[in-house]
Amino acid sequence: MSGPVLAFIEHAGGEPDRLSLEALALARGLAVSLAAPLEAIVLGSGAEAVAGRLGTFGAQAVHVAGAADFDAFAPAAWGAATRAAMESRQPAAVVAAGSERGNEVMAHVAARTGLPMAANVVSVSPGDGSGGAAGSWRLVRQRWAGSLLEDAALDAPTRLLTVAPHAVAIDPVASGAATPTILPFEPERDPADLIARVVKVEARTSSGVSLSDAKVVVGGGRGVGSAEGFGRLEELATALNGAVGGSRVVTSLGWRPHSDQIGQTGLRIAPDLYIACGISGAIQHIVGCKAAKQILAINTDPDSPIMAVADYAVIGDVATIVPAITAEIERRRGAP
Amino acid sequence: MNILVCVKRVPQTGGRIVLTADGQAIDTRFLGHTISPHEECGVEEAVQIVEKEGGSSTVLTLGPVEAEEQLRDAMAIGIERAVLLETDGSEWDPVSTAGAIAESIESQEAANAAFDLILFGNEAADTGDFQVGVRVAVALGRPIINGIKEIWLRDDRGAVFARREAPGGGWETYELPLPAILGVKEGLNLPRYPSVPGRLRAKKKEIERVALGGSPSGALGLGAGEDAAAAGASAVPGPTKLGLRLPAEEKTAAEVLGQGPDAASAVVDLFEKIGVVAR
Repeated sequence: MSGPVLAFIEHAGGEPDRLSLEALALARGLAVSLAAPLEAIVLGSGAEAVAGRLGTFGAQAVHVAGAADFDAFAPAAWGAATRAAMESRQPAAVVAAGSERGNEVMAHVAARTGLPMAANVVSVSPGDGSGGAAGSWRLVRQRWAGSLLEDAALDAPTRLLTVAPHAVAIDPVASGAATPTILPFEPERDPADLIARVVKVEARTSSGVSLSDAKVVVGGGRGVGSAEGFGRLEELATALNGAVGGSRVVTSLGWRPHSDQIGQTGLRIAPDLYIACGISGAIQHIVGCKAAKQILAINTDPDSPIMAVADYAVIGDVATIVPAITAEIERRRGAP
Repeated sequence: MNILVCVKRVPQTGGRIVLTADGQAIDTRFLGHTISPHEECGVEEAVQIVEKEGGSSTVLTLGPVEAEEQLRDAMAIGIERAVLLETDGSEWDPVSTAGAIAESIESQEAANAAFDLILFGNEAADTGDFQVGVRVAVALGRPIINGIKEIWLRDDRGAVFARREAPGGGWETYELPLPAILGVKEGLNLPRYPSVPGRLRAKKKEIERVALGGSPSGALGLGAGEDAAAAGASAVPGPTKLGLRLPAEEKTAAEVLGQGPDAASAVVDLFEKIGVVAR
């Protein structure tokens, strides 16, 4: 039997991170193919509570390092803790989210073990066909943030994978989920691994829902016309309890802060509804918004590339259409 | 302050990506090339720090002879020295790439001065491997943090502060003693455009060349993690590219709800239907 599949789980506020649960779903599929146990790694204060929630997603055992030293993000130290779990379990694979932190922690694991790492994987087929973990695994991973797919082979004693955001659905166990076995461990903390560590945190200054969590996102491109033009998008977002984002053009022009950028060099979002206003749809932007359940494009050009990924479209100028939509929402709300 | 910035030459994709007939690469016959976007900001940052602090700046790339173009772009905005680790144009996996870069940094530091700060892009735009900077940092035994959008030096110049976005919004700050390595992201600054005199100056500058040739597969002995090195083994290269393909297009034509502001009613009907506003 093959060694277990280990999933590295990020968490905040007592809840496992959404992208980590996506990674756990891929890890679970892999464990099933290998007939291997599915185990997780959770670090820091509150890890045990988070670990208890992972049974719902198929984890049979959770390695918990609850020391407060792991509370502040320190990628080398988090990587060292992961390596400590690997040494005791000899896993067939270690899987993390393709988040900023997940990719970084796994890169440290890879560098210190000398193992190869495949980032932003969307699917994996283990083994050489003999049903075991041996041989060269086949996988599909994203390049260009998902504009392009790579078929690749990965051969190593332990395969290190991160899972592309929004490529795999979170997969709760249908029924009868067991509480996972909690396996506490005390990884050694090398002071050198704690050098690159968060020393100060500043909370978000803007109120309202964050761009990565919003159920509705109103995105603006060059067609919005100016920084002031985004005021109309803000009003619509407020009416929908959503957040405003922008294309690379508008952050490069300084109309919006870079942290609002949706796309390859910015955020990848997965809201219920994305409203693309005056965005032509460069491939670098599309990869950031295509995980939205529904896309409504508002654009003067019915042939712009955004129309190829949009579910719905309104043709015309965002400067008049967006305020009309906001007014219509307010009118219906005000109606008796 | 001696600064090294590592960059990668990537095709300038705009609309649709077209692959070569064998599916092994992007067809770049009709495309220009650029420095990968995060690294463009690394180049600008290196120039700005040296303008303010004095010292020297160096740009390094691993790539084909054509990557000279990206080195000259960096020199055109003010980088002083350039190093090309010249390949035969074949794609190098991230383990091999990091090994060759780490070795080159060691030999440059032996010949010249140590680099106080080394900048990488957070990830290359094309392959998106998210690991070369970290592998180099581990090989050199220096601290690294990725995702950086703001850099400033401590008053005594003994450490660098670096800020990045926290998960879910807000900011987190790191303090790394020098020498250190940072993986930077777009948003760090707005890279300047090179001036004509800058371009002319860059054209005359020398580029230090190291011939690497094809990607090594198998026995490397370079960039090996310390655990592997202790075990007498070298780093395992990979993943191995088998081929590239475009993702399947699952969407059909968009349903047009209307033209101009008159479409507002149909739009809000849709919002009610999908449940983003209450009926």
